[in-house]
Parts: sequence; C-alpha cells; structure tokens
Amino acid sequence: MPDFEIDRTVLQQSMARPIGIELRGGALNYGGTPVFEELDLDIPVGRTTCLLGPSGVGKSSLLRLIAGISPEAEAQRLVASDGAPIAGRLAFMDQRDLLLPWLNVFDNVTLGARLRGETVDRHRAGLLLQRVGLADQAEMLPAALSGGMRQRAALARTLMEDRPVILMDEPFSALDALTRLRLQDLAAQLLAGRSALLVTHDPMEALRLGHRILVLSGDPARMGDPLEPLGEPPRPADDPILHGLAARILHDLAG
Amino acid sequence: MQTTLRALTSLAVLLAGWQALVWATEVEPFILPGPWLVLQSLVGHLELIGRHAAVTLLEIVLGLICGCGLGVASAIGLSWFPNLRRWLLPLLVVTQAIPVFALAPVLVLWLGYGLASKVMMTSLIIYFPVTAAFLDGLRRTEPGWLDLAQIMTAGGTNPDRWTILRHIRIPAALPALASGLRVAAAVAPIGAVVGEWVGSSVGLGYLMLHANGRMQIDLLFAALFVLAVMAVTIFFTLDWLLRRLLPWQPDSLPNN
Repeated sequence: MPDFEIDRTVLQQSMARPIGIELRGGALNYGGTPVFEELDLDIPVGRTTCLLGPSGVGKSSLLRLIAGISPEAEAQRLVASDGAPIAGRLAFMDQRDLLLPWLNVFDNVTLGARLRGETVDRHRAGLLLQRVGLADQAEMLPAALSGGMRQRAALARTLMEDRPVILMDEPFSALDALTRLRLQDLAAQLLAGRSALLVTHDPMEALRLGHRILVLSGDPARMGDPLEPLGEPPRPADDPILHGLAARILHDLAG
Repeated sequence: MQTTLRALTSLAVLLAGWQALVWATEVEPFILPGPWLVLQSLVGHLELIGRHAAVTLLEIVLGLICGCGLGVASAIGLSWFPNLRRWLLPLLVVTQAIPVFALAPVLVLWLGYGLASKVMMTSLIIYFPVTAAFLDGLRRTEPGWLDLAQIMTAGGTNPDRWTILRHIRIPAALPALASGLRVAAAVAPIGAVVGEWVGSSVGLGYLMLHANGRMQIDLLFAALFVLAVMAVTIFFTLDWLLRRLLPWQPDSLPNN
C-alpha cells in the first residue's frame, strides 16, 4: 500500500486544533419531572469518551445539548477547553445515516462545505471515501447502498467536517452484529487523536471503543464514576476481561 | 410492453361494448353514434378539430405554467414567512370552498373572450393543489437533516435560512411537489374546457358545445376523443418527466 502513508498524513495534517468540552449543571425536564439535573460531563482532549446507559435515561438528550440542537435541555456552563465558543467546532453522527437521498455518496460526504459556501476539498473527500471502503460507490445514490455502507458514508461525512470534537449518537446500533464489529474497528482507527463522545446502550461497544466510560443511570439519572479499561481502542472483541466487565455493567444497570 | 398490450385490450373491449350497445338498442346516430362513425367524423374533420385542439392545448400548457409557477412561489413564500402563513393560509383554504367554475363567467367578463380568461381559469384550479402539496412537503422536512445542517453551519458568518431551504428543504419537498403537479396535469384540461364553454369562439370546448347544439354528436365525440388523448398525453409525459428528474423517490407499490 504505497498510498497509505500519504493518506495518513493528509488526513491528520488537516486536523483542527484539538479541544475538549466541559459541561456543568446539565438539566432536562420532561413533562414536569426531571430526567436529569445537576449533571456534569467532560470530553477530554484527544480521547474517546463513551456514555453508556439504558434507554430513556437522557443520554441522547445530553449529547444533543452539547450539540446545540436540544431545545428542552439546558446547562449552567457549556464551554470548550480553550474558552472559545463551541459552535462550529463539532461534528455529529446519528444512529440513522441521515444521508440526503437526492445526493450521491460523494456529494453527501461533502455536504458541510457546500452548506457553508466553502470550496469542496475533493482530494480529502476521495481519500476518506477510500478509507471507509466506498471509493467505488462515490457516484451512487444512498438508496443503492446496504445499511453498513450507508453508515460508513455517514462516518466519512462526519470526519470530512474536520471538527475537533465528534459527537456520535448510537452510530452502529442499527447494524447487524458483524457489520457493527467491523465499523467499530474502522471508527476507532479514524477517531484516534480526536476528542469524541460516543453514546451507546451496548456495554461491549463502550468497552471496545472508549478510553473513558461513563455510565448514566437512575431516576433522575446520575453519572457513575468513570471507568478506564486498560489498552488502546479498538480493544479485541474476544477479550474475556472485557466480557466480564460488560456483564458486570449490565448487571449493575439491571439492578 | 405488457402494459401497452393490456391498455389496448381494455380499449378494444370498451369499443366493442360501445358498438354492441349501439347495435342492440338501434339508437339514432344523433343520440349515440357508434365508434366507427366517430372515427369517420374524426378523419373527415381532422383539420377543423386540429385547429381547435391547438388552441385548447396552448391554454392548458400556459395555464399549467402560470398555475404551477404561482403555486411554487406561494408555497416558498408561505414557508419563508410564518406571519404570512398564519394570515394567508386560512384565507386560501376558505377560498377553495368557492367552486372556481362559478367564477368562469366573471373571468370572461373581466378578461374577455380570448386566451387570457381560459389561462386564468386553468391557473386558478391548478394553483391550490400545487401550493398545498408543495407547502406540505416544505413543512415536513426530516428533523434529523435539519439538525445535521444546523451543526454543520453553526458559528459560521452567515448560517442563513436560504442555504438550508435551497440545499435541504426544497429538494426534500420535491416528491410532494411532484404529487401536486400530477394533480395539476390531470385537472388542467377541465379548467380550459370549462373556460371555453362559458365564452369563446375557438377551442375544443367551443367546438363540442357547437356540435352539440347542431346535433353533430359524432363530431362532439371526435372532439372529446382528441381532448382525452391530449389530457392523457400531458399527464403521462409529466409523470415520466418527474420520474426521470426524481430518481431517488422509489415506487414502493408492488408492480403486479
């Protein structure tokens, strides 16, 4: 693979100045009852933080609060680690691919630049598509792709944004087990060095991908102490220690 | 191919039934002419029918262009200005309760016997379905796409609504607009013909009314036949065009 070195440098050189995120006093009310209140969350620089919890606990709302697209939730303090505003320095990936059905894969991946009226970096887009294995599908419409391919296109679009902080809301939960495993490996490689928050309900996914794992549970929800498994992500899916940890987390969540 | 064959078969059955009815009832040709007589009349008056058909076709096409253009512009305007929507939308719905055909004589009075009153009539009956369908599409944009676009443009120098409208809302609403345009294509010939009935000296509607008055029912049927062919051609041309232009909108109805 002679291209690989160039590929890596181009993708990394263009990386924006790294920042982390600091959230204090996050609160969400739903129909008068608090889903969570007085919640703190940090996204440390250059590391992947996984937010784990049962459904309905408000973890997606917390992510949307940071993304600035949650009208219901509010925070007393939400700042970037360098003190500048967060807006415009986030990329977002949803459980649904959110590809625009009338644009081909390439145009979907480069949507952000066109919305901002910037020139499209075709070279970088090409490299990213190659990296996620969609170089041959660049001209295809999303409807012609499989679920896994669509989510890979969404991953390429997220990374194409070249933002210092990446927020992912259960990005792989709609995929079959094998595709999910492959995409987790790919995401871990591409997220290396970036500040990321990944929301998931799957303990094994959090344990494979997270430098730091936070568990959100209870009513109103509270944040548990951060868990920092050994080794660098992506951790092997067949590691018995991870499976033991996953079982314990599940047990705690169920209890 | 199969579809064409099926359409031709149903047409043949229809014509045979019609001829059988004429033979069985021995009805006078000036009450109900048989299909053969109609065909003879069509061939015999080809030049006359063609001349009137050309005018009606022009009225339909101009009406479609005006009505659809106005409808598209109104939908975008109403989606852009919430205040306009609050004030105008109820009014628009109420005006739909007025049968537009009842306005035809007034339109002739205001705009004269010529082309303008028919184009206006056609535009009027097209306008509402196009506006309503497109506005509906513009309002129902997938929220996830809008969230994504908001995050992508946040903090920029001009995170303007126009960009979102142009890149996301309008393309997302095109399938809904296409439904409105199909309805428009189907009802446009009605508008033109009603306009001609009320007051004109040319057009298929005029020719039919004239033939009816002079008991030339075979000519009336021949003109009606041409009108039907024209309407069906306009509809299917538009339908084909829309399918070509919006290939991402899948047809999920089973095809057999």
